[in-house]
Amino acid sequence: MAVHSSQIYFDHAATTPMVQPAIDALTAQLLKTGNASSLHSTGRSIRKELEEARESIAKAAGCSAIDVIFTGTGTEADNLAIKGLYWLGAKAGKNIIITSTFEHHAVMDPIKWLQEHEGATVIEIPVSKTGSLDLTALQAAVTQHGAKVAFISIIHANNEIGTVQPIDQVVKIAGGIPVHSDAVQSFGKIDFNFNQLGLTAATISAHKVGGPLGVAALILKKGVNIEPVLHGGGQERDIRSGTFNAPGIIAFASAASNAMIHMQARDAKIRKLKSLLITKVLAAVPDAWVNGQSENSLPGVVNITFPGSDNEGLLLLLDMAGIACSTGSACSAGVHRPSHVLMAIGLTEDETTSSLRFSLGESNTEEEIDKLAAVIASVVEKSKSAANKKVSK
Amino acid sequence: MSGKLKVIAAMSGGVDSAVAAARAVEAGHEVIGVHLALSSNPQKYRSGARGCCTVEDSHDARRAADVIGIPFYIWDMAEQFHAGVVENFLSEYQSGRTPNPCLRCNEKIKFEAVLVRAKALGFDAVVTGHYAITKEVNGVKTLNRAVDPEKDQSYVLAVLTADQISGAIFPLGDTVKDDVRKEAQARGLFVANKPDSHDICFVPSGDNAGWLRERLGSEVGPIVDQNGKELGQHNGAYTFTIGQRRGLNLTVPTPKGEPRYVLSIEPKTNTVVVGTHEALAVNKIVGQPPIWCGPAPELNKVYKGFAQVRAHGEPLPTKYQFDGTHLIADLDQPVFGLATGQALVIYEDDRVVGSATISETF
Ligand SMILES: Cc1ncc(COP(=O)(O)O)c(C=O)c1O
Repeated sequence: MAVHSSQIYFDHAATTPMVQPAIDALTAQLLKTGNASSLHSTGRSIRKELEEARESIAKAAGCSAIDVIFTGTGTEADNLAIKGLYWLGAKAGKNIIITSTFEHHAVMDPIKWLQEHEGATVIEIPVSKTGSLDLTALQAAVTQHGAKVAFISIIHANNEIGTVQPIDQVVKIAGGIPVHSDAVQSFGKIDFNFNQLGLTAATISAHKVGGPLGVAALILKKGVNIEPVLHGGGQERDIRSGTFNAPGIIAFASAASNAMIHMQARDAKIRKLKSLLITKVLAAVPDAWVNGQSENSLPGVVNITFPGSDNEGLLLLLDMAGIACSTGSACSAGVHRPSHVLMAIGLTEDETTSSLRFSLGESNTEEEIDKLAAVIASVVEKSKSAANKKVSK
Repeated sequence: MSGKLKVIAAMSGGVDSAVAAARAVEAGHEVIGVHLALSSNPQKYRSGARGCCTVEDSHDARRAADVIGIPFYIWDMAEQFHAGVVENFLSEYQSGRTPNPCLRCNEKIKFEAVLVRAKALGFDAVVTGHYAITKEVNGVKTLNRAVDPEKDQSYVLAVLTADQISGAIFPLGDTVKDDVRKEAQARGLFVANKPDSHDICFVPSGDNAGWLRERLGSEVGPIVDQNGKELGQHNGAYTFTIGQRRGLNLTVPTPKGEPRYVLSIEPKTNTVVVGTHEALAVNKIVGQPPIWCGPAPELNKVYKGFAQVRAHGEPLPTKYQFDGTHLIADLDQPVFGLATGQALVIYEDDRVVGSATISETF
């Protein structure tokens, strides 16, 4: 059986194809030589392009160029922010971290690590059934513990269900407490403006906006001098070391600029496709439901529970039918884990393993959604008999 | 099985299942590779290249599927494995019996959970790298010994019902292990020289007794002779196996200076009973519940055949019968050191008639 390389790709939130301007920028850079830290003219000419790239990313993210610290991945940037802000706070006797119950693992796991290894106390703010942060609970936590809180980290747009959090209000409630937001899924897709939101730190990643893999950034307000995680040449404000990935950074900037230019048109197109997908899939499988959908969500992400089914089976059968989607996160051995995000919005463990994420992008079409709608009912039926789960609803 | 089927190849990450999957592709079947994740935290059970549930193994299985050119998925069977195999392993030891977890895994996971799921998803059969042969006799599929006596795994498959056997494909039964390795090499499967897995995949260290002690505690208890006279002490009765001679650390010798063996384990009183070799002799074995790998024998009719009581044990000439509840073997010659909890498997020449878990011996 052939492996489908021409699959219908509904997994753009995992990674999305590179856009042409970014491919052009990357391939052009690959022909050049030069370490952007070198003092000679070869190095300087690369550095010039790199700094221009930093400026255009800053413009796209609504921050100053100096705030942008390039990293290898979004995961690295999240770790740097979380550990750095914690250690900074801990120096002043602040050892409480406030976060939500539905962060990405790249935020959740370093926080857990700080709790287990560095004596951090963690307060998790719950989220509603529709996937919005409980601001009253946040207010209460800040009122009660404010003076001891090192930082607050709340995801901007959730990667599994797409809901967008009111970061401006989080910052307002935080008062003087530093706030970090993981904006990996939102940057370039919906409005995200670092300065307007009043953030101290934010994470963005190139491969989610049509840039290459292996480049991302921590946006960290100038003057907030956190401890590095990687020590070395000190290339990025002495906060991140490692030879500049100039081709990646320059291509990231192209992708980011491209995303800003096309944001509105893309948003309209993809939202329309998403609502078509929801209508057709729910018509084909009447007892299915959409998780956490509120008006305020990413244009392309939709998470659907098919009660009684088993998402390992769903994914396999859809894959065999030439359709790619996602079951949430898997561990290093590839074992599915029940989604903590779906648990956070009130699903049972059984329901989380009956759920699939479809994430749409520029390349998707109405015909592709029709193809999904044509097979989904029989796929769900087969998976249900394989899963043999009890359905309570 | 003939004709083109849609099959799931269970791929452990070892050489056998990789070659089995490749042969299934060559036989014209539509093959999907599946690796079973048997621990929810895969590093927990074992790290090293010998087990069946590590990150390395799932990686090796994936790379083998890539080389063969088949789709590959991981199925999470951790919960079923824990409930059906690991917990059963512990509770059997706690009851003073010696379980065979590979057999339970075949019974509860590979040919139950996996086969049921495969069929529900629209597949016809499960392919594994077990060394055994299925033959169709009068339209009924039977289970038979593999040609390689060293590798023959019909014993650990004897827990499969006739239905399960009809949904199983064992492409390696006609080949000796050396040739399987050569074939893997020729096919470019880099697992060709991966060592065989031994012992128990969920015991990370290979130290079975230590693993049991950690989970069941190590309550000191008496070691006694058949008359109840205390000869020494042990650290946890369940870490002993009937017929075991070493590790007793007894200081009181027998009158004739013969070695002593574990005769029985009494979990209620945490007592290990020892005695001489003759006292280990077993002439009659009773097991239940019976599982028939083909047609069931007639009720209360005495047949002649062979009994096997260990994975690589000798076939023992025997008479056997089914009384409606028990499978009973009357051995022609006694066998020594037989633990309850192990499987009694009955063969008619090379064909597996059926099996039962040994409940009593006489
Ligand atoms: C919300 C969120 N944060 C962080 C990450 C990690 O980013 P990266 O893939 O660049 O390490 C992802 C990507 O999966 C994400 O969706």
